Amino acid sequence: MTMPDEAPTPDRTQIPSAVVETFDLTRRFGSVTAVSDVSLTINSGEIFGLIGPNGAGKSTLIKMLTTLLPPSAGRAFVAGFDVMTQPGEVRKHIGYVPQLLSADGELTGYENLLLSSRLYLIPHSERERRIAAALAMMGLSEVRDRLVRNYSGGMIRRLEIAQSTLHRPAVLFMDEPTVGLDPTGRHTVWNHVRELRGDLQAAIIVTTHYMDEAQELCDRVAVLHAGKVETVGTPAELKAMLGPTATLDDVFAALTGGEIESEGGYRDVRETRRSAREHA
Amino acid sequence: MTSERHAAAPASTPSFRFLAAGYATQVFAVADAEVRKLRHDPWELLSRAVQPVLWLVLFGEVMAQVRGLSSGTIPYLDFLAPGILAQSVLFVAIFYGISAIWERDLGVLHRYMVSPAPRSALVIGKALSSTIRGLSQAVVIYVCAAIMGVHLSFEPWRIALVVVFIALGAGLFSTFSLIIACIVKTRERFMGIGQVLTMPIFFASNAIYPIDLMPRWLKAISSLNPLTYEVDGLRTLMLRGGESTFGLGHDLAVLIIVGSVLVMIATRIYPRMTE
Repeated sequence: MTMPDEAPTPDRTQIPSAVVETFDLTRRFGSVTAVSDVSLTINSGEIFGLIGPNGAGKSTLIKMLTTLLPPSAGRAFVAGFDVMTQPGEVRKHIGYVPQLLSADGELTGYENLLLSSRLYLIPHSERERRIAAALAMMGLSEVRDRLVRNYSGGMIRRLEIAQSTLHRPAVLFMDEPTVGLDPTGRHTVWNHVRELRGDLQAAIIVTTHYMDEAQELCDRVAVLHAGKVETVGTPAELKAMLGPTATLDDVFAALTGGEIESEGGYRDVRETRRSAREHA
Repeated sequence: MTSERHAAAPASTPSFRFLAAGYATQVFAVADAEVRKLRHDPWELLSRAVQPVLWLVLFGEVMAQVRGLSSGTIPYLDFLAPGILAQSVLFVAIFYGISAIWERDLGVLHRYMVSPAPRSALVIGKALSSTIRGLSQAVVIYVCAAIMGVHLSFEPWRIALVVVFIALGAGLFSTFSLIIACIVKTRERFMGIGQVLTMPIFFASNAIYPIDLMPRWLKAISSLNPLTYEVDGLRTLMLRGGESTFGLGHDLAVLIIVGSVLVMIATRIYPRMTE
């Protein structure tokens, strides 16, 4: 299927440097307020961390910014477009690596990228070149024709990053990008995220509950707690709040009442059950 | 709260030709991905072909001996073969919703939903892919029916229209299944409802017996059942000298209208699956 010559390459000149802006963004589920009056500005070329315990509202915030979930109140602009009134335009300019598996295991790595290149209307003449470049960058050229269900966890993550950046988004959202990876896999992903920042000049928004990840990777970090932004700053600024020997873990504990301890515990269960109820 | 400069940026307005080509590419992308999956693992297609063959050989041969079951001027096996094709298209399509829920649970659906592909392109692409499954069933049933001596017609225009009817039926029932999946949201609930829906759609139709045999109330239900029109169209086209009860145009119109309405509903509610 050939495309006409008008290539839909995103026109970056139109995109403001404050590439994500939210104003009192709020999302309620029944009586629970998952995200409460969040106002943030995130700039191009910045790796921005959203940290907080499970249930702090990170995923809900990402879902609103990626147009998967309509906000209850407030406004949000991504790449200059309103997520409420121009979701189609927003989607052209974002990439999303969800926490769940987004590569299709029943397809090969190449086929997954081909699918993305078509969904994002990358011109026919450029498809093969961009797919080959993405595979090479992520070190997957050798396994391009292998079914993804036979990939390792780290390979799948890299493929997912490749398929969500093929269209050169202005904003890349990554939800817990290194969950379940071994230390080598995590460092590889971090290196790729840094490379992409340089390559795309995009804003990269990463949610994590690993403090070392936030420290290592992020230029600025927002600490979320119970749906609210507790504080925003560089990792160094946040640590300085508590004195010279403080770690990000200490900052986190001070801001959220030490709930990092409960990771995978009661909050996790509650969150799962709450979302199960929402689906009921 | 929101200053003047946040008057939202204007969207670009490409030409109609560009938009149409883009839309076709996106529909094709979704359908092609499904076909590639089937090529990687054809086992599912093969195992699905067993059921219609059993219906034709076991059910068909026995029921053909029952004298009370009048199928008009044609032998019962001739009457049954198109009904079984419609049935297998229905059965393959109706469990499509399960895979939609599975895709949501995995996360693959999120990938489609954050892409700029219009929701209707996703729905139509998926519907198109179930046509491919339906067609593979048709090949098996044609071969089996020919061996059993059913008076099949192989005139090209009839075959072409059979393909159209299979596409419409498969698209219609898979989209119906998608809507159910969007409503019930879990695989367990879907399994229960899938069974409950398939039986009445199948039995309250002209698939395995003529409508004339039905009591009045069931006749009324079957005349509202899209499968009845699917079967009528297939019966007219597959058999030599097949005659339509309602008229082919009527059959096509019903399937197109019901299918379009279902696509519109699915387009609206499909995105809720990732909320």
